[in-house]
Amino acid sequence: MSDTTQDGQVLTTQDGRPLKAALGRALFREKLRAFLLVAPLLIFILITFVAPIIDMLHRSVENSIVEETLPKTVVALQEWDSGSGDVPDEVVFAALYDDMVIAVDEKTHTRLGSRLNYEQSGISSLFRKTGRRIKRMDEGEPLKDQFLAADKKWGDVTTWQVLKQFSPSYTGGYFLNAFDAKLGPEGVELKPADERIYLFLFGRTLFLSTVITLSCLLLGYPIAFLLAALPLRTSNLLMILVLLPFWTSLLVRTSAWKVLLQQQGVINDFLVWINLISDSGRLVMINNQTGTIIAMTHILLPFMILPLYSVMKTISPTYVRAAKSLGANDWTAFWRVYFPQSVPGIGAGAVLVFILSIGYYITPELVGGTSGIFISNRIAYHISSSLNWGLAAALGTLLLVAVLVLFVVYDKIVGIDNVKLG
Amino acid sequence: MKLKTVILAGTALAFAGSAALAKDLTLVSWGGAYQSSQKNAYTDPYTAANPDVNVIWDESSAEAVAKLRAMNEAGNVTWDLVDVVASDAIRLCDEGLAMEINPDTDLAAAPDGTPASEDFGDLLVSECFIPQIVYSTTFGYRSDIDAWGGKEPTEICDIFDLETFPGKRSLEKRPINNMEWALLCDGVPKEDVYTVLETEEGQDQAFKKLDSIKDNVVWWSAGAETPQLLADKEVVIGSTYNGRLFALIEEQKQPVKMLWDAQVFDLDGWIIPAGLPEDRLAEVKKLVMYATDTQRLADQAKYISYGPARKSSAPLVGKHASLGIDMAPHMPTDPNNAKNTFLYNYEWWADYRDDIDAKFQAWLAQ
Repeated sequence: MSDTTQDGQVLTTQDGRPLKAALGRALFREKLRAFLLVAPLLIFILITFVAPIIDMLHRSVENSIVEETLPKTVVALQEWDSGSGDVPDEVVFAALYDDMVIAVDEKTHTRLGSRLNYEQSGISSLFRKTGRRIKRMDEGEPLKDQFLAADKKWGDVTTWQVLKQFSPSYTGGYFLNAFDAKLGPEGVELKPADERIYLFLFGRTLFLSTVITLSCLLLGYPIAFLLAALPLRTSNLLMILVLLPFWTSLLVRTSAWKVLLQQQGVINDFLVWINLISDSGRLVMINNQTGTIIAMTHILLPFMILPLYSVMKTISPTYVRAAKSLGANDWTAFWRVYFPQSVPGIGAGAVLVFILSIGYYITPELVGGTSGIFISNRIAYHISSSLNWGLAAALGTLLLVAVLVLFVVYDKIVGIDNVKLG
Repeated sequence: MKLKTVILAGTALAFAGSAALAKDLTLVSWGGAYQSSQKNAYTDPYTAANPDVNVIWDESSAEAVAKLRAMNEAGNVTWDLVDVVASDAIRLCDEGLAMEINPDTDLAAAPDGTPASEDFGDLLVSECFIPQIVYSTTFGYRSDIDAWGGKEPTEICDIFDLETFPGKRSLEKRPINNMEWALLCDGVPKEDVYTVLETEEGQDQAFKKLDSIKDNVVWWSAGAETPQLLADKEVVIGSTYNGRLFALIEEQKQPVKMLWDAQVFDLDGWIIPAGLPEDRLAEVKKLVMYATDTQRLADQAKYISYGPARKSSAPLVGKHASLGIDMAPHMPTDPNNAKNTFLYNYEWWADYRDDIDAKFQAWLAQ
């Protein structure tokens, strides 16, 4: 488009200003107003959503504690060959002594000990013990011997290898850990079989979330179909029944499942009473995967029904009627005409339920026993008990990446514009 | 999800804290019967004597370590006194999140003049830790199980005896205590448990022993679960804190008995968060001086069956405040109950917790 007429004259508004500038100004004002309207939400999201995620990503690789606590030692260690099999020489120990004196003064040595203990058991007490002895050490005497006398772990090459490996301010160590791997002498290798847990848990989280999503779909689809087909008055009443559990506390609902499903619980009592099972053969339905699947399907069911319902509500009954009048039987009319139109609702419900369940942690913790817990339970453990926030952040990042990848795959297969909430 | 909760909770607390008055003291504890015993024995008499002090309770002890770290990173610590178990106190002290104390100047001496450092003795397991009570993790069993043919478990290894004592057991979903009990019942002498557990073979040995009952175990993560499971007959034997079992047996009158054998002593006490401003610290220190004196610690035993951490408090333990029964025989430290006890090695677990926990979780998931 051009802002000049054919004879080169600039188009102006009535009061003589160039049209382009006037339009631009009006549009800018419009844009500014729109921006100001969304600004509160934008700022809110930046602070409460984007910033924590960036912080989490940063934490999963950040490792400046070694360099900050033992600056001289880190420099001195650069000369040392960690593959040599020998403990570093006196120079490194002298640097360690200087660093430790300051660290003990500032009480940061035990903190470093806890950090490195995640990588090698025993370093925590090594630093605590050495911290207590440091004041009694004599700078004039050979320091290596004095450190070795304080704790023989200083004479262990692995202690030094760990120290050297984690001296850079950024580390991939947390991510390796999250993949059940570690840096061995020959590069990255898997941990011994009895310590591998995270990959397995990621797999189980994805598997159980899929099962939960499918069972929500199986249970939710007929209900949503019924709700959409019934007259408004009846469907509103039924809708309340769907929403009622939604309004009840999550913990109450989870505990209610405990009462129902446990071996001395209502369902087992009933089955024994009608002689379907014997008293000694009571079913184990809780503290395992079954418990997690049942309780979470129940909790997440409304998230499936609501998008399904709102999409089905918009499907005009005339299409099905037309199909039937053209000779389709009930099944064909449903499968060829109705179902394809409800797919956007399935997409929305499935994505919603899947993503919610992948990050669930309270319900699996309460009813999952050992075989029904998710990766988020381990993340929670590292946040609140072991204080290994770096590993928790790395696991959280992997979970985030997994969700994003699945989202892209979903977009490729189904198409993201095919998702509708109503 | 959890991280966000911590950050949000931290922010919320920060807002709550900035609005507080100078004489407000925020105490963090575990909630439930334990917190009310502290309220009854420590803070109610203290606020009665000091009407200008207002005590606010926060039931966050289970997440105290993580929350304190979040507060510390945010530079706004809103808690004044935090109740934690000893292992958490060591962790907080190591991380520089708890303040180091001097027992002899910060804590009251015993009535006979014995300095606090002697009165608390070995229980001062960390420079930051102010012990209050000794509790134990021990077993309770139902006394009405027909399948046991009139027999009752008398020793710790009966937990592993599925033939004589069939039925489900409940154990805590963490390696601490379980690994030790497994080794004890696999023939390892008490004094060697931790040296054995330090080796790969020792850990395998413990897991192998636990394997023998794995299919019959319900794993708990909250102390209230075992009493509930016992009351519902979901399990026949279960480990939990002795105070929870006392409530189940004496207050709720359930047919459950205590198996004190090889009970594991643990400690619970206060820490003062590091970096409190002078005026708040002075208030906290006054409260601590009062709340951990000989009489106050003895008073707490009127409300809950945990043993006072001071030697000088033991003779003062009286009757339960509402049930009227003698509390001394219900204390884990009572000679009859403490015939065979196991001492939990804090320092050792601080070193090996991360490693063994990973193995334990992998073992559980198999």
